[in-house]
Amino acid sequence: MEKAKKRRFGIIATIILAATLILGLLWATATAEKNAKHQDTLSRVEKQGKIIWGVKADTKLFGLMNTKTATPVGFDVDIAKALTVQISKQTGVPMSAEYVPVSSASKIQLLKNTNIDGTVSTMTITPERAKVVDYTDSYFNAGQSILVKKGSEIHSIQDMNDPKYTVLVVVGTTAAKETKKFAPKANVVALQDYASAMQALKAGQGQAMSTDNAILYGFANENPDYQIVGGNFTNGPYGIAFDHDQKPMVDQANRALATIKENGIYNQLIEKWFSQVPGLDWRDLEV
Amino acid sequence: MGLLQNYFSTFLQGFGYTLLSSVVALVGSMLLGTLFAIMQVLPTRWMQIVGNIYVQIFRNIPLLIITLFLYLAVAKVVKMNGFTAGTIALTLYTSAFIAETVRAGILSVDSGQMEGARANGLKFGQAMRYIVLPQAFRVALPSLGNQFINLVKNSSILAFVGGLDLMYQGNMVAANSFDTFTAYIIVGIFYLVLTLPLSYYMQYLEQHLKAKA
Repeated sequence: MEKAKKRRFGIIATIILAATLILGLLWATATAEKNAKHQDTLSRVEKQGKIIWGVKADTKLFGLMNTKTATPVGFDVDIAKALTVQISKQTGVPMSAEYVPVSSASKIQLLKNTNIDGTVSTMTITPERAKVVDYTDSYFNAGQSILVKKGSEIHSIQDMNDPKYTVLVVVGTTAAKETKKFAPKANVVALQDYASAMQALKAGQGQAMSTDNAILYGFANENPDYQIVGGNFTNGPYGIAFDHDQKPMVDQANRALATIKENGIYNQLIEKWFSQVPGLDWRDLEV
Repeated sequence: MGLLQNYFSTFLQGFGYTLLSSVVALVGSMLLGTLFAIMQVLPTRWMQIVGNIYVQIFRNIPLLIITLFLYLAVAKVVKMNGFTAGTIALTLYTSAFIAETVRAGILSVDSGQMEGARANGLKFGQAMRYIVLPQAFRVALPSLGNQFINLVKNSSILAFVGGLDLMYQGNMVAANSFDTFTAYIIVGIFYLVLTLPLSYYMQYLEQHLKAKA
């Protein structure tokens, strides 16, 4: 009798605990959604006097952590800096730029949670993503390509269309979704970031790594044993993203982007980051 | 919950790989762990040292490092995919903890038990197998249960090396649907589906053995 009582108590306690947890989670979801709405990014950044940009920290040329100064450096970071200066001029509110490293998988959630105000992070504009975030005009033209070891029998993505081959990609990138369309029979393994994908390629865990050509150029530059083959097989322009329904902020950013393209700052940045990359015709990238 | 419907097969696949990895690692680490526990209590000095070195190495290195080492370095010599690398790492890592748990169990058995068994003509191995180990496991059971639950949760390490497990699939769903919040809640619930029955079973086993003793 005593034992049955104890057991009943245990069961009831478990149910109550589980119910509390579930209700708590539902409440948290609702609150999180409410917080995400009706927040004007432009007025927020003006009030806080700084724009917090999400940038990559693992991508050579675009956003790579400088371990000595503990700040990310790259084309994306410089674009974010130039935009901040320009937006400050347009709005008449002095603002500084702050950088937060984001991954391909985390950036959209961080925007939604307002941990970051905007993101310049090698982010391809896609129709699906445009439903959840707002994009500016494209600031860089990229396309998906593959990186293989020199002397490899693979010369294009079509050569990979065989179950014995593995393509390495990064979680949350467009390449993770697109690769299957071009090589449906190949295995696709997604790793956490570009650095581990590159290490996995070197360890022979896959025959090719696939992502945007501009990112691959950075790796080819660092690893002379590897080369880009087959050219681009997709077209994916990069955009700067803000949270959904942030028209005032997007308008400001578009105006700023047009201005830096016009006054030559954009071309200076292109030259600064891409003129040293072998095999890339950086003059093509200028506007 | 539309997310669960849309990606149910993805989650299920991940669940299957997590379950498979956990079962393999559980059996493997139980065998290895017991082996190294016995080595540490053997009278032979060098066996003790070997057992001790093994336990200290794998207990004191983060699981992620063991996994990445297997996946990125060892794989250059011996071909293995992310799932294999992760499961082996999980086995090695957990076996070190199990070895310590079982060793403590063996030491808790009164030395008179072993002496008595030997005096009655049992060989060392037989005495270990039939007299000491059953008592040792009974003592070690609660902390073994903890190790098993940790093992299931630690299997999420597979996500870092493309091991197709629950966490990996959760990351993919989060990235594809842009709904990180719900994706991770679902992943959490799937882990509970594995760990809750396991922890209740361990509790039951404890009670059952206590009643028997």
